Amino acid sequence: MKHFLTTDTLSREELDGLLDLSDEFVEVLSRPIPKVPALRGRTVAMLFFEPSTRTRMSFERAAKALSADTMSFSPGTSSLSKGESLKDTALTIKAMGAEALVVRHKATGAPWRIADWTGLPVLNGGDGAHQHPTQALLDALTIRRHFGTLGGLRIAIVGDIRHSRVARSDISAFSTLGAEVTLVGPSTLLPVDLTGWPVVTAEGIDEVLDRDVVYLLRIQTERGGASVLPSLPEYVSRFGMTRERFARMPDHAVVMHPGPMNRGVEIAPEVADHERSLVESQVANGIAVRMAVLFRLLGGEVADA
Amino acid sequence: MRELVLQRGIVLGPGGPAAADVLIREGRVVEVGGHLRAEKVIDCDGMLVGPGFVDLHVHLREPGQEWKEDIESGSRAAAAGGFTAVVAMANTEPATDAGHLARYIQERGREVGLVEVIPAGAITLGRNGEHLAHLDELWKAGVRLFSDDGNTVQDAGLLRHAMEYISDLGGTVAQHAEDPGLTRNAHMHEGAVSSRLGMQGIPSLAEETIVARDLALAELTGVRYHVQHVSTAGTVELVRTAKRRGLPVTAEATPHHLALDHTEIEQMDSAYKMYPPLRSAQDVAAVAEALRDGTIDAVATDHAPHAAAEKDVPFEEAPRGVIGLETAAAVVQTFVAPDPVTLFERMSLAPATIAGLGEHGRWLEPGVPANIVVFAPDVRWTPRRFVSRSGNSPFLGRTLTGRVMATVHNGDVTYRSE
Repeated sequence: MKHFLTTDTLSREELDGLLDLSDEFVEVLSRPIPKVPALRGRTVAMLFFEPSTRTRMSFERAAKALSADTMSFSPGTSSLSKGESLKDTALTIKAMGAEALVVRHKATGAPWRIADWTGLPVLNGGDGAHQHPTQALLDALTIRRHFGTLGGLRIAIVGDIRHSRVARSDISAFSTLGAEVTLVGPSTLLPVDLTGWPVVTAEGIDEVLDRDVVYLLRIQTERGGASVLPSLPEYVSRFGMTRERFARMPDHAVVMHPGPMNRGVEIAPEVADHERSLVESQVANGIAVRMAVLFRLLGGEVADA
Repeated sequence: MRELVLQRGIVLGPGGPAAADVLIREGRVVEVGGHLRAEKVIDCDGMLVGPGFVDLHVHLREPGQEWKEDIESGSRAAAAGGFTAVVAMANTEPATDAGHLARYIQERGREVGLVEVIPAGAITLGRNGEHLAHLDELWKAGVRLFSDDGNTVQDAGLLRHAMEYISDLGGTVAQHAEDPGLTRNAHMHEGAVSSRLGMQGIPSLAEETIVARDLALAELTGVRYHVQHVSTAGTVELVRTAKRRGLPVTAEATPHHLALDHTEIEQMDSAYKMYPPLRSAQDVAAVAEALRDGTIDAVATDHAPHAAAEKDVPFEEAPRGVIGLETAAAVVQTFVAPDPVTLFERMSLAPATIAGLGEHGRWLEPGVPANIVVFAPDVRWTPRRFVSRSGNSPFLGRTLTGRVMATVHNGDVTYRSE
């Protein structure tokens, strides 16, 4: 594996292998000193061209838990604001000694371009509304650790699928791992053309309350929410995971959310904090899967893990 | 004496293609026949010898963006593509919205002397869609085609007045049809590929709603109306119906819309970013069929040069547009494969008529101006570099069939292939 850019091209074996490795790092993270020397002396650069404190911190924590050094780039104070091109920025960071790049960018495909330009291993930390593959890996790990497998599970993804890189990555990963995926959302928030997607669709959240997992997406008001929804209360009435709806789900079923949550919109506060909400596990597992991917890309020694 | 013989070609004359030599003297065809002699000879064995191509739609970037292209480099690229005349769009800086600007472009083209450069005039001042440009001045400076290309004239009332005024002058209103309410933040065709890539899509309706509106206004005002870069099956149907009803409507299609579809964008390479965007395979088939049956009158390249660094960015951040002059005929030959008469009707005759260029686009016979292209329809080649100052082409590195071997403008050889 040269880069980690998308879940679209990963086989079941590759996904299972990464999840197995992630399980090992979950164990590492539970030790009194949650750190291994696997990538000691290696340098990972965080290129976050759009703001993301949570994902960046998760990657940094993962790199440091592998004893790698990290460099961080933030666009607000950088030469990008002075007009430097993305290509020059990436090449400059390579010249400073970075050996792997974690890239988040608002443009679809930006991590692919940076991979072309630099030749370094690139981890896609989210590109536009396209892909967020480590999120998919952490979601799959969370589900697998809870249910033991994704094979045969029925998973509903609810909300703003159209603008969601999480949904695009999750759909590929979940279906490759054997789950059946249902998408739920207003047509203004569903992709225009689902040809070739391994999914079925449902009209409203009430149709999918019998699923094993209901995965709620954040309503991204910054992506033109005003023109795609009449109002948030209307959204809650058709698509919100209210306390009443949660009570109608089977006892074994769980809810998930990639965060940050709009409590009271896509998820009621009591549901978010319920023991059958896996939100906190998702965050914790995020570090382990990012360790696994960094470890794979930088070719760390298995014995060190 | 300036004399030249194009020898042993298949000559496109008024009676159709026929094997012959063409004798050119002092910028005119003086004889078409057998065993013609001159000091200078080009062997055209097995090649089509026809009226030079005319491009209704190019961006030469001068004045204002000469680092991308200028009239000289653009003229060289045009000659290399077999063109003897090009219509330069008005989205220069400043926009070609007044007589002196149109005259400058024409004169600069004449100084370079490789192709005839005819400016399109802007419809509105600064192409900002608010006030009419200096239409009469532009007309007097030789402008026959008016377009805010790059922008659509959104205000229907203003467009109506423009159509009325341009109709009085005798000109043609050409429209870049795109409804901005349907294209906001969008960079590619709306469909399966945009959905998968998570990119906002440009629906086909963004083009079709404007064309439908404009056809109604054209009928009201009686103006000659020309649809630029048709990209969808729906637009083809609108044009077909309008023509059946007898409206004075013409349309053009670009080589890339005749050849490529939106699946090319899977690789997110900005060499495939243009507006209108590459559409579905069904749209490509409909546009190609419309070119064959004459619903689409002309091939026009929409040659849109950009500097390499401007395109070497993520797809969504790249400027729109690709170059096309040097590969146009080859792409049409490769992907549409028209018969020779149709090829020259679409690439020479119709565009010359639409642009109002009497010296171009005429079947070869004694007396016509020697604006000629020699085109080898069976030669396979792979574009590796370009004469244009820019290289933003989706056909770079693709093997094409059909190659321009020589171009003659006003009797002078302006291009010979290596």
